[in-house]
Amino acid sequence: MIQTLFGSPEAKPGLLERFQKAVQSTRSSLVSRVEDLVRGKTEIDAKLLEELEETLIAGDVGVGTAQEVLEAVRGQVSRGQLQEPSRLKSAVKAELLNILKQTADGLPRTVVPPVVILVVGVNGTGKTTTIGKLAFQLRAEGKTVLLCAGDTFRAAATEQLEIWGERTGCEVVKQRPGADPSAVLFDALTSAKARQFDYIIADTAGRLHTKVNLMAELEKMRRTSQRIIPGSPHEVLLVLDATTGQNGLQQARQFTGSAGITGIVLTKLDGTAKGGGVIAIARELKLPIRYVGVGEQKEDLLPFDPEQFIESLFS
Amino acid sequence: MRGAGQQHPGSEFVFENLSEKFQRVFKTLRGEAKLTEENMAEVLREIRLALLEADVHFQVVKQLLENVRTKCQGQEVWTSFSPAQQVVKIVRDELLELLGGTTARLKFAPRPPSVFFLTGLQGSGKTTTAGKLARWLQRGGHHPLLVSVDVYRPAAREQLAVVAREVGTPVFAGQSDARPVDLALAARAEARNKGCDVLLVDTAGRLHIDEELMAELVELRDRMEPTEILFVADAMTGQDAVRSAEEFHRRLNTTGVVLTKLDGDARGGAALSIRSVTGQPIKFVGTGEKYDNLELFHPDRMTSRILGMGDVLTLIEKAEEVIDRQKAEDLERNFRMDRFSLEDFREQIRQARRMGPLSQVLALLPSVGPFRNVPKQDVDDKALVRVEAILNSMTAKERVRPEILNGSRRRRIAKGSATTVQEVNQLLKQYDQMRRMMRSMSGRMGKKALSQFAASAPGA
Ligand SMILES: Nc1nc2c(ncn2[C@@H]2O[C@H](COP(=O)(O)OP(=O)(O)OP(=O)(O)O)[C@@H](O)[C@H]2O)c(=O)[nH]1
Ligand SMILES: Nc1nc2c(ncn2[C@@H]2O[C@H](COP(=O)(O)OP(=O)(O)OP(=O)(O)O)[C@@H](O)[C@H]2O)c(=O)[nH]1
Ligand SMILES: [Mg+2]
Ligand SMILES: [Mg+2]
Repeated sequence: MIQTLFGSPEAKPGLLERFQKAVQSTRSSLVSRVEDLVRGKTEIDAKLLEELEETLIAGDVGVGTAQEVLEAVRGQVSRGQLQEPSRLKSAVKAELLNILKQTADGLPRTVVPPVVILVVGVNGTGKTTTIGKLAFQLRAEGKTVLLCAGDTFRAAATEQLEIWGERTGCEVVKQRPGADPSAVLFDALTSAKARQFDYIIADTAGRLHTKVNLMAELEKMRRTSQRIIPGSPHEVLLVLDATTGQNGLQQARQFTGSAGITGIVLTKLDGTAKGGGVIAIARELKLPIRYVGVGEQKEDLLPFDPEQFIESLFS
Repeated sequence: MRGAGQQHPGSEFVFENLSEKFQRVFKTLRGEAKLTEENMAEVLREIRLALLEADVHFQVVKQLLENVRTKCQGQEVWTSFSPAQQVVKIVRDELLELLGGTTARLKFAPRPPSVFFLTGLQGSGKTTTAGKLARWLQRGGHHPLLVSVDVYRPAAREQLAVVAREVGTPVFAGQSDARPVDLALAARAEARNKGCDVLLVDTAGRLHIDEELMAELVELRDRMEPTEILFVADAMTGQDAVRSAEEFHRRLNTTGVVLTKLDGDARGGAALSIRSVTGQPIKFVGTGEKYDNLELFHPDRMTSRILGMGDVLTLIEKAEEVIDRQKAEDLERNFRMDRFSLEDFREQIRQARRMGPLSQVLALLPSVGPFRNVPKQDVDDKALVRVEAILNSMTAKERVRPEILNGSRRRRIAKGSATTVQEVNQLLKQYDQMRRMMRSMSGRMGKKALSQFAASAPGA
């Protein structure tokens, strides 16, 4: 039955082979080619700039941002401020660093506890895991943390958070599957307030930023938080997957609109993806990158280091 | 509108305006006979941007544009397309070819249970897709059994158990501390016992560079001999897609791809990257979090999504639908042979009109890029309708040999087309002028003459 439902695919192998070869050749030689060019040449030329553009694009910086950054550097070249090809790369790096440093202040204000942290993002980026890692860090600093199982939609999302609660010694406030997330948050907030927790970290269901009613649900959670604890949520973290390409910017825009993002966590940087999309986000929305996720264990959350991040784009 | 007493108010103005627009869309009339480096440059630049913004791997983009450039060079511009449209069409065809056939076959084992693996990076949608596939298979009359061999992620196996319950398929729970291989083997035995003909194995998310976990998958494959190893990939994936997909394929010989989260607004260029490096077909797409949100992959939809030029593509498709290639070629030949008859002219108008109201056709063009200067409003189809009516009222013989059109024939035509004899005369006069012009010029200029003809055809 099924078998007959499906037709058969098959593209010309020749075509695919050519593509495979093309991709392979870049992979092995792109970086070294840039290095060679930088060392070997004495004049900055278009070819060199093109290679740099490709490096940036390969890191998901995006063609628009890449071109603007290179335009700025090209300007330096034509003004004679930059003649040595060997300094070209560092000029590009400086330009990128500049963008990352012009984001909003990364330090949370001093607030009366509990500090409310809302964690949001599209599906499967690593929200729940990041919450576990954050809770672990805060616990290590001797803070009390209450976790809120605000994902009442996905199968076993609450159970997943509960395991993180066990691992980090944090209590979890939950309701039954399908409950209103704002109601769970309400419970957690009142409880955290009454029992004087230092932090409350709320998980939310993954949602695509294009789904209007799901985004409205986040707005409602925000309002609930504000009502119970004025001035909260103090931090709204957008969890971005480093493997994500140009869609990341769109995610950041939409989530900022609905949830009032205050910072970004860039996960899965332990893979081969560079996560360069955050540069466009930092440039346009001035959102600071607070942490990077580098694994699935509780220790695998690091503070964001812009220099190191930029460096990794070129390695 | 102009003065009263006019039979067809404003027709001259309207028709001039219209034909100018008409001419811009169908640049057949403009006189670019061949695709050249120059007339392709702008549209190719835009296509490059579009593909990169869609997250197609830059090297794949490069290769693709190279292919397109070679294919395009020196190609004759077809009657029904502008050079830019034609390049877009060639790019589209290339993407379609690269993305493969419309649907993909799932491979079942000669002796059940067939084993299908769901593999991929963390969070790509494997567990959810396992639930969707279970439902899909059930609807096709199969009896799937689900098993999770994700012994790592917190509550991963509980998640699949909930999924199975929601979908209404059995799930093999197994010992809580079992190894993945043992879980899978036990599940297969269970499938045999229960008479399940497909075993869906949900594996843990893992990085392609995680040697230990990749080796685990290889062992799992060797022991289970799955007939399908599906690579589940997130449609939002960027440039890195080539690396993970290629490595999974290299290690496991993946048999196909499921592209998830296509319900968002990501352009999904990863589809192209993955297909390019693995050569494996995209068998399904995920379009939501619900278990019904699994669809067969449609290369045509994916192509227009990736190119983001859906409107241009629609236009091209419409044109393709209606334009009989042979007729277009005949027309071309007639141009060159200086035998452009009224019959040919009518055919061209018909083809244009069959694409829908001209205003609608023009509205399909994007307002950026090569089409930005094409006006999109205020297009009146009426003038064109009247020209066609006049031509329709002629006999075939009259259209091929307009010289036989005497006074009484003209009166008959005017009556039959609800126009005036003056209008018929004007059309014929201008047709005549055009023919004379064509005779004195070569094919290229002849086309220009035709456009002038169109631009000044009957007014009041
Ligand atoms: N390699 C790696 N994997 C990670 C990282 N962070 C999360 N993951 C994995 O990514 C997958 C998804 O993580 P979750 O925390 O469940 O993601 P989520 O955003 O809560 O997902 P939903 O709630 O379903 O939207 C899991 O397999 C995690 O173990 C990271 O920094 N590196
Ligand atoms: N919008 C949307 N969400 C999806 C789709 N497929 C899966 N998801 C969501 O993506 C998230 C991750 O899905 P899972 O099925 O848990 O992913 P996984 O690959 O099993 O994750 P790990 O086992 O942690 O590696 C969940 O929130 C799913 O609901 C889809 O097609 N569209
Ligand atoms: Mg979660
Ligand atoms: Mg899973």
